Amino acid sequence: MRKLALSDEILMQVEKPARYIGNEVNSVVKDKKEIAVRFVMCFPDVYEIGMSHLGIQVLYSMFNAWDDVWCERVYSPWTDLDALMRKHNIPLFGLESQEPVKNADFLGITLQYEMCYTNILQILDLAQIPLLAKDRGEDMPIVIGGGPCSYNPEPIADFFDLFYIGEGETQYRPLLDWYLENKKQGGSRLDFLKGAAKIPGIYVPQFYEEVYNEDGTIKERKKLYEEAPDKILKEIVTDVTDCIYPLKPVVPFIKVTQDRVVLEIQRGCIRGCRFCQAGQIYRPVRERDVDKLKEYAVEMLKNTGHEEISLSSLSSSDYSKLNELLDFLIEDCDQKHINISLPSLRIDAFSLDVMSKVQDVKKSSLTFAPEAGSQRLRDVINKGLTEEVILKGAALAFEGGWTRVKLYFMLGLPTETEEDIKGIGDLSNKIAATFFDTVPKDKRVNGKVQIVTSTSFFIPKPFTPFQWAPMCTKEQFLDKAYQTKKGIMEQLNQKSIKYNWHEADVSVLEGVFARGDRKVARAILEAYKRGCMFDSWSEYFHNDVWLSSFEDCRLDIGFYTTRERADDEIFPWDFLDCGVTREFLLREWKKAQEETVSPNCRSQCQGCGAGRFGVGVCRE
Amino acid sequence: MKIRIKFAKYGTMKFIGHLDMMRFFQKAIRRAGIDIKYSEGFSPHQIMSFAAPLGVGLESTGEYLDIEVNSMKNLYAEDLLRVNDDLHLDSQDKRQKIMTVGEMKDGLNRAMVEGVEVISVGVLPDTVKNAMASVAAASYRLHCKEGAFGIADLEQTVRDFYAQETIPYTKETKKSVIELDLKQGIYEITTEKIEVNPKFLKPIEYVECAEETELTDIPEQLEDKAMTTAIRMIVNASSSGNIKPSMVFEKLCEFACVEIPASAYQVTRLETYTDLAKEGETHQFVPLAACCLDTGN
Repeated sequence: MRKLALSDEILMQVEKPARYIGNEVNSVVKDKKEIAVRFVMCFPDVYEIGMSHLGIQVLYSMFNAWDDVWCERVYSPWTDLDALMRKHNIPLFGLESQEPVKNADFLGITLQYEMCYTNILQILDLAQIPLLAKDRGEDMPIVIGGGPCSYNPEPIADFFDLFYIGEGETQYRPLLDWYLENKKQGGSRLDFLKGAAKIPGIYVPQFYEEVYNEDGTIKERKKLYEEAPDKILKEIVTDVTDCIYPLKPVVPFIKVTQDRVVLEIQRGCIRGCRFCQAGQIYRPVRERDVDKLKEYAVEMLKNTGHEEISLSSLSSSDYSKLNELLDFLIEDCDQKHINISLPSLRIDAFSLDVMSKVQDVKKSSLTFAPEAGSQRLRDVINKGLTEEVILKGAALAFEGGWTRVKLYFMLGLPTETEEDIKGIGDLSNKIAATFFDTVPKDKRVNGKVQIVTSTSFFIPKPFTPFQWAPMCTKEQFLDKAYQTKKGIMEQLNQKSIKYNWHEADVSVLEGVFARGDRKVARAILEAYKRGCMFDSWSEYFHNDVWLSSFEDCRLDIGFYTTRERADDEIFPWDFLDCGVTREFLLREWKKAQEETVSPNCRSQCQGCGAGRFGVGVCRE
Repeated sequence: MKIRIKFAKYGTMKFIGHLDMMRFFQKAIRRAGIDIKYSEGFSPHQIMSFAAPLGVGLESTGEYLDIEVNSMKNLYAEDLLRVNDDLHLDSQDKRQKIMTVGEMKDGLNRAMVEGVEVISVGVLPDTVKNAMASVAAASYRLHCKEGAFGIADLEQTVRDFYAQETIPYTKETKKSVIELDLKQGIYEITTEKIEVNPKFLKPIEYVECAEETELTDIPEQLEDKAMTTAIRMIVNASSSGNIKPSMVFEKLCEFACVEIPASAYQVTRLETYTDLAKEGETHQFVPLAACCLDTGN
């Protein structure tokens, strides 16, 4: 029987002990004498969030398919256990082996959102691994970062030994082989990092240094190790059909956020919305073979016993075999009493028909993401959704029996005016009016329609056309939210519209981390030392501590957020190449200011640069 | 057709709560290809009834759940002929389209994890009440995780404790305070020297020294080490008068003037019983599994 790292006494004291015991169905336990590399994979947030992430399941099954590697998982201990571990000096452990993470060869941390940065420090701290890469000794694990936030790794560069840029399926084997080879040769940690820097997609931050101008912008990037590459190109999987897929994902005991089989139908997005980072960094679009997906669905449902399956992609409606796949799933799943949870689909006759087959129309709601209130601003952000399409989709939906609609918008987009904000209320109102026009009085369920309008604050992200754009201040954001609310209150159908908006403080910080440079690491470290962690959980977010940490580190938040950036400014992430060129992004930034839209990848190639990979939509 | 499943829960799985165990079995039943019956309606759920919830931290060798099945078909049998699978089913299963109860038990056990083991699967007569409604009593064993209970002459103390006319207990819930007499619900309480069953009930603390040994092959000195005096009791476990063993133990400690923290001892539910006696007769407790027609064993 397995021995647990935590005593009964501690496990009985903490909320949800199942977060820490491992032993889940399909989790992999290997004999540690028979493996050469122990790799601990971490999602730096609570178990229920981390277990819902597909990427870790992919890498977990890839690593564990190799006989000489044992991949384990670890998540952020919740605050209750965090306090007990510190008090009793218990080192952080891998869920499978229940042994200290500090004894592993690698600690891989996925970086899915900026607000997890202090949790990275929590993980390192609890694991008893020095927080700064430069302080780590020969016997410490190699700490690797990956995932979307590694496209600007600089604010957290000091905490990592290396970053893996791009999709994980391609270069881990060469990296581990080099690790074993170096060990055999008796090479040092530094020797390993030097060799790793030559592997495609691998970035070793300690071999570079940022040199600043007097105004704080970057003057140049200096290499400290001559043989390190000048530019690092992201890694991508060229054939997404013929590559590893987690057919036996780990099934948690407790309910997690994504408690279902997840079928990734494609990678990338053809749309090119100008605010969206995922739409750029995952280019080009690569579709999985539909027959293979059907097989995966059947296998995975069998292997997990899940009662629900969901499709995953950035824009499922653009998957060319969507009808065929959904028809298959509806038939197969109906027999097996499996629910289908649909991803956000473009609202049209087809998707409404599918939705009415798989969900209770009366209970479910429809989602539209116009992102901006006016057609002008939607053209600026290249969101190809027109008012006509939205109203037509809404009318169809109301005829089909739906009465609940969710609308998503962003506030603070570049060039936004009061008119654009007013458009949010207007559009919400028009949708409500469409309901009353479409559905005769005697057919109205409960007699009314519910519109929920939500706004988030726009945060410029690296590798998007808006990477040059200034971000709003907290005060501007709150004023915009107030204007939106006022605009909605003035509408004829305001009683049918509910308005939600996000916190502004967190958005401002996220803006700093998104486009930050290496200096920002000081503030992150300082805020962590002052007790910040779980910043994405509002009950644990302490804005005042963050503000004072920045101030004491002499860092100006406005420099990173509201500052206007020149066309030729050197950005902290410029040494990375995500496939899409800076020239293309700049072209798009200019087009945005001219309110000109760009067609999607399938209708006309825009020469973004991702064509060099010669795969997916670029070859269609 | 109604099926009764008896299972054990031990080791790390004692930290999985009741609702999560229900979810675990729902998924395991699907993995095992059992043709379970679903309720009607827009979101159908499996027809399943657990006998008595087991608290987090408790181990058990006598847990029950009842399910209803449409047939004894193995839903994956045909798929298996088609696909060269990865499902851990041996070649014999691939030929079996209709399962016996024994095969259902084996199939379920392949869908389990370490710490949950299906002990028996049996067919219930249609007239039997479901597991939850059938429960009348449960037997428990309490043993110290390390060493012995610090109670002088435990055997005699337990006898004297039980000899009391009444054992008043104040049960505080969020909403109310209830005065109970535990004596009414304790049907039996004794002590016994136990040999810790290495397969189910070996306290996890002993594992370290046994790391290199097979579980079935425990050396003698370990068996010695695993001998301990335990408290054994049969108490009311019906929905109306359920008594937790920790309540009884709390009163026993009070009686013996000692304080023993909950983390010091392990509670194991040994069996769950139904009462065959008619109203007014002396209790006639039999294990829930005894109601089955065909246990295939």
